[in-house]
Order: sequence, then structure tokens, then C-alpha cells
Amino acid sequence: MLTMSTAALAAEEQYIPLLTYRTGSFAPLGIPWADGKLDYLALVNERDGGVNGVKLVYEECETAYATDRGVECYERMKGKGGGASGFDTQSTGITFALTDKAFVDGIPIETMGYGLSHSVNGSVFEWNFPLLGTYWTAADVMIQDIAKQVGQDKLKDQRIALVYHDSPYGKEPIALLQARAKAEGFKLDLYPVTAPGVEQKSTWLQVRKNRPDFILLWSAGIMTPTAIREAQAVGYPRDKIYGIWWAASESDVADLGAAAKGYKGITIHNSAEDGPVHEAVKAMHAKGKGAENGDKYVGSLAHTRGMMISMMQVEAIRTAQEKFGKGKHMTPEQVRWGFENLNLDEARLKELGFEGIMRPVKTSCSNHMGDDWARIVQWNGNKFEVVSDWYQSDKSFVDPLVKEMSAKYAAEKKITPRTCEG
Amino acid sequence: MIYRENGQFKSSYRADQQIFPIRQDRYVVLGVLLIAFVAAPLLASNYFLQAILTPFLILSLAAIGLNILVGYCGQISIGSGAFMAVGAYAAWNFGVRIPEIPLVGQILLGGVFATLVGVVFGIPSLRIRGLYLAVTTLAAQFFVDWAFLRIAFFTNYSPSGNVSVPALTAFGLPVQTPAQKYVFVLIFVVIFALLAKNLVRGAIGRQWMAIRDMDVAAEVIGIRPVYAKLTAFAVSSFFIGVAGALWAYIHLGSWEPLAFDLTRSLQLLFIVIIGGLGSIVGSFFGAAFMVLLPVLLTNVPHWFGLSLAVDTASHIEHMVFGALIVFFLIVEPHGLARLWSIGKEKLRLWPFPH
Repeated sequence: MLTMSTAALAAEEQYIPLLTYRTGSFAPLGIPWADGKLDYLALVNERDGGVNGVKLVYEECETAYATDRGVECYERMKGKGGGASGFDTQSTGITFALTDKAFVDGIPIETMGYGLSHSVNGSVFEWNFPLLGTYWTAADVMIQDIAKQVGQDKLKDQRIALVYHDSPYGKEPIALLQARAKAEGFKLDLYPVTAPGVEQKSTWLQVRKNRPDFILLWSAGIMTPTAIREAQAVGYPRDKIYGIWWAASESDVADLGAAAKGYKGITIHNSAEDGPVHEAVKAMHAKGKGAENGDKYVGSLAHTRGMMISMMQVEAIRTAQEKFGKGKHMTPEQVRWGFENLNLDEARLKELGFEGIMRPVKTSCSNHMGDDWARIVQWNGNKFEVVSDWYQSDKSFVDPLVKEMSAKYAAEKKITPRTCEG
Repeated sequence: MIYRENGQFKSSYRADQQIFPIRQDRYVVLGVLLIAFVAAPLLASNYFLQAILTPFLILSLAAIGLNILVGYCGQISIGSGAFMAVGAYAAWNFGVRIPEIPLVGQILLGGVFATLVGVVFGIPSLRIRGLYLAVTTLAAQFFVDWAFLRIAFFTNYSPSGNVSVPALTAFGLPVQTPAQKYVFVLIFVVIFALLAKNLVRGAIGRQWMAIRDMDVAAEVIGIRPVYAKLTAFAVSSFFIGVAGALWAYIHLGSWEPLAFDLTRSLQLLFIVIIGGLGSIVGSFFGAAFMVLLPVLLTNVPHWFGLSLAVDTASHIEHMVFGALIVFFLIVEPHGLARLWSIGKEKLRLWPFPH
């Protein structure tokens, strides 16, 4: 009887665990990101009364970016509330560790804009969703922007350096950059920086010596402002530096002010812009709901991206409900189906208040990333401005890599890929 | 009253030399083993098995290894994370390159390689000691971190430098569910703890302790410092290497060098200091303290219905942790193991203390 009533109670609730890092060396990025995730879930509860009446129950777990802490959080939270609706791991290392577990436990892993680039292949990675873009698509778009600046025919004369956080996070783009360097003939230099990245003197001395034409910066947390300062110290022009989206949020450059002027970054979709959803969140904060800090981070890149992550999570639940029954609690398996059948068109995004922030996205069984769009933003000393058109990654570079690496993964793990119709 | 050896007579040297000479101790240990092997896998939740008991056991094993070196032989090391990493990566490399090697073989080979590296980095201990030695072991830490990050061969040219293990089987049995993993680790830990206990009670252990207490005097009475110190490094690294392989294979499943960085070395050192230098059981106490405290500090406010922001909880955790370490070292510098033995002494005298 007792179990019956708890089951009935759980049926009207949907549990969403939030792995976050508000402490540690990446905290400046982690705090607005976490607040964004939390704010959007609070907004759905507050404004819409949940997803078709199903209240969202969410809870944070602090990982400090440490893999073992993340694993502990995952184990603690995965079974709660009838099964977790999905984990946004907020860390490449934790993604790796949880990917293996997700296969066994059947829990969706949502890694919007990070994670394992080859997990785009949904026929092998049934449970992983690197939505909207991966590090490979990001690196590809950066090269495209460079080609546009110098001219496609001049690309082969360029010397491009990758200054990266020496961890799986920083190393992810290398495979793609090498493939492109080989095909297009530009020179690629790799400069690893030991975590957490406060010690970069030797790297930038080499930069000064070798004078690369462009620098791609795969940094995070404290490493980004350090890199920009070092660039200033060796006289390297900041507008030749492209930061990955996690290295291009206001917290990275705000304190540098003019020293960072010209610094470029890439954004997933158009997350540099504001939309009606921001107004809704502000209205909610005015009532004292949502994240503790209120409006402090609303409108910043990391906060918006956090909201996008939660929005995709909520839309996955909503999509699942349309198939499996509205107003019901969705199991992780059903949410997974939702992630795989997302179809956010222009109209839907407008309804959600994300118009102008992102472009339509559609996922499928074989494509767990959906559509990847990205733009370049530039720090003008006060805020980030969008300075480029939309880009989409070049499938002729990204797809073969996805195919090759996911096949390798499947062989290593003895996974038989599903057959996908779409 | 109950805990007393009155009436337990030994009629042979063998009986007198048991690990647990008092009958009550043997019963307690048997009981604990029974609970660990039977009750825990059947009754404990998956979370408890996977996120608490398994890391606790593996850290205990690593701490036993470090304790042999620091506690028994007096050679301070802050490079144990490096030896864990060597164990993990060596085991993984054998698994990937020669998949015919069974799982247990891979893990033990990981230990063997950690031993080799440990002995190499133990050589300076023949000339220097104390703080200076600690710094050379720190060099091991940095070197190993660097090697696994930069030498692509060790990660089988994985593009991101992250490696992961496939579904595990040992002796034809799957090691996949939390309970199976837990039992697998438990078997390792029990065997190795027994091995360690017997080593430190034996001739070699006495040599280690003699070196620890005063190396010049030990040399005078005929103990070879070279042999004693290097065996301590070898045995210790073997244990730590096996623990590293288990940590990587069983606990994480997928890892990067960051999993075995300096923080891990310091964590192990704290475990040994808090648990008790020169005590096998102390290694378990220390590991339990280390694993349980953060989990408790995160969960306790929840149980009382307090909503504490996660970052505040995390900061409080650091403060409480630091304070407790200082407190323990002031109140009982010999660690939790010493408190345990004081408790046992008191029980033996109770109710007539003198």
C-alpha cells in the first residue's frame, strides 16, 4: 500500500539531477552555468506548472570537476524519483566515466557542446547526446572563420597553434585539427598547458618565437585570463585568438577589460543574444524564486548556455510525454527516446522564448547531436558582440572522424551498433 | 568482562603466533568477514556498494601499501598517486595489447610494473631520508603525470588521452554489477591485507621497523639497509599499483591522469596518518574516515531537512576536514588505530581498571 502511494506520487514528478561545480578552479564558469540550469527548471515549474503538469524535482550535486566525485554523485542520484531524467555532467572527464555506466544503467547523458565528440553516432552511443555541437564542430568552425579572414587559398600558408588544457577536454579537438591540417596544408602547432593552467610562461615564449598566425585556445577557468594576459605580455594580438565556448564567457574576460579587447570566442548557436526567456527569468527572480543570486548572471553566456541545457532536457521530457502519455512521469528510457526525437523548429523556439538565441534543431537515431550551428563573438572591452555569420561544421571532415572513432569505441567495448533508419 | 583471554591457553608456538591470539578477536574478524562477503552484497544498496564500499576498500589497499613504506619502514613518500597511475596504465596496456591475459593477471601485472617504477624511485632513499626523500618521491609524481599525459603510447594513441576498460570478466564470471565489483575488490583486499600483516610480522617486517627506528643501529646489528629499504619500496609499490589498477578498472572504468594526481597522493598520506602509522587495521580506519566524511557532510544536512547550497556544503566540508585532521593529530598523533587499541586495552581491564 505504501509503495503504491509513493509510486502514484512519483508519477506526477520528474527528477532531474544537476551535476555542477561551484568550487574549484573552474568555478567562475561553473557558477553561472549551474545557475542557468537551475533557473530554467525553476521557470518551467513556476511559469508552466511543470511539463504538462508534471512537476520537475531537481537537486544539485557538487563535483568540483573531479571525476570520482562526479561518479559518486551519479551513483547517488541515478535511481532517485523513479530514475534520473538525464545527467548533464558538466565535465569531459565525468562524461567519459559515466558513458560506460550509462550503457549498463540506461540513463541519458546530455553533453551540450562538450563530451565525447564521436558520441554523435547514436547507433553506437545509444545513451549519449552531445547536442548542438562538439569540440570537433567547434574546431572546424574556427578554421572556417580563419579561412574566411585570410582567404581560402591562403589557408595553406597559415600557422595555427592550439593552446590547450592538458586533459581530455583540451585534447578533444586535436584529431579534427590534424585531419584538416593534413587536407588543407596549414601548419598546426600543439601547445599543452598543464592543469589548472596558471603556469603558461614557457608556452607563450614559444608563441613569441614561432609567431603563429592564429591561436585556438582550449582553456577553462583560470587558464583563460592567464592566457590572455600572457598574450598581452608577449605582444600577441588578442583578435587572433579564438577561445572555445567554455573559454569565452564574461567571467573569463570581464576582469581584464581592455587587455582582452578583441579576444574572439565561438558560441553554440547564438547564445550571446538575449531573448524573451531572459525576461521571464528576471520576472521570476523578482518574485524571489530561482537561483539564489537572482539576476546576477542572467544574460551572460554561461548562464544562457545553462538555460539551453535545461531547456533541451525539458523538451526531451516533453517530447517523450507526447509519445508515452502526457502528464505522466517518464522513465529514463522514455526520456532517451525524447532526446532522440527532438524537433525544435522556429515556431517552437519562439514559444519557448529562445528565438534569436538558437536555431532549429532536430535529432535522430543516428545523429545524436542534431544540427550544429555556431558563431564567432568578440569582446569589445565591455561585452561580447556577434561578429560572424552562422557557420555549420564541414561534414566531410567531421563525419569520417565520428565514424572512425565510434567504430573503434564499439570494437573496444564489444558493442554491436544498432541499425538506424534515420 | 567478555573481552578477555583468561582461560585461553596456548600449547604450541604456532598457536601463540596467530595473527589474532585472542579468541574473541578471531570471532569478531570472522563476523566482519561474513558480513562483508555475504550480508553486504545481498543487503546493501547499489549506491552504498559502488560509491562507498568499493572506493573505501581500494583506498584501504593503497593505504596499506603506503603504510608499509611510511609507517613500517619510515620512508616518507608523497608519490603514491604516481604508483597508482603506473599500476592502472600498465594493467590497461596489457589488457589492450594482449587481451588474452585474464583480468586478475592484468591487475597483478600492473602491480609488478608499479614495483619496478617504485624501486627505481626508491633508490635515492639509500642516500637521503626524511623530507629530502619526500621531495624525490614528489618528482616521481610529476614525472608520471607528465608521462601519461604526453606519451601517446601509454594511452594507446587515444585522441583525448582518456582510456576506458571494456566489460570485465574474471574466471569466466562477470564483474559488472556493483555487487560483483565489490566482491571482486573485497577478495583482493582481504588477500593483500593478510599478506601485508604476515609480512610485517615476519623477519622482513622487523628489518623495516628496525630501519625506521634507527637505521644506523639496524645496520650495526646486521640488517642490510639497501635490501630493507628497497624491499619496502617494492612491496609498497606493488600494493599501491594493484590498488591503482582496481581504482581505474573497477571504480572509475574510464580515467585520465588527473585521477591520480598529487591530490590522490596527499589523500593517501592523510589516510595513513589519520588511520595510524605502522598499523594495517589503521589503514582501513583512515580510508573509512576519508571516504565517509565527505559523503556524510554532504548528506547530513539533507537528513535534517536543511537545504544547504552545494558550494557552501563543499566549503564547509573542506573546513571540517582540515579541522578534524588537526584535531586528530593533536589528540591522538598515532591515529585512529591507536584509539582502537586503547579501547581494546580498556575492555580487557574492564570492569576493574588498575
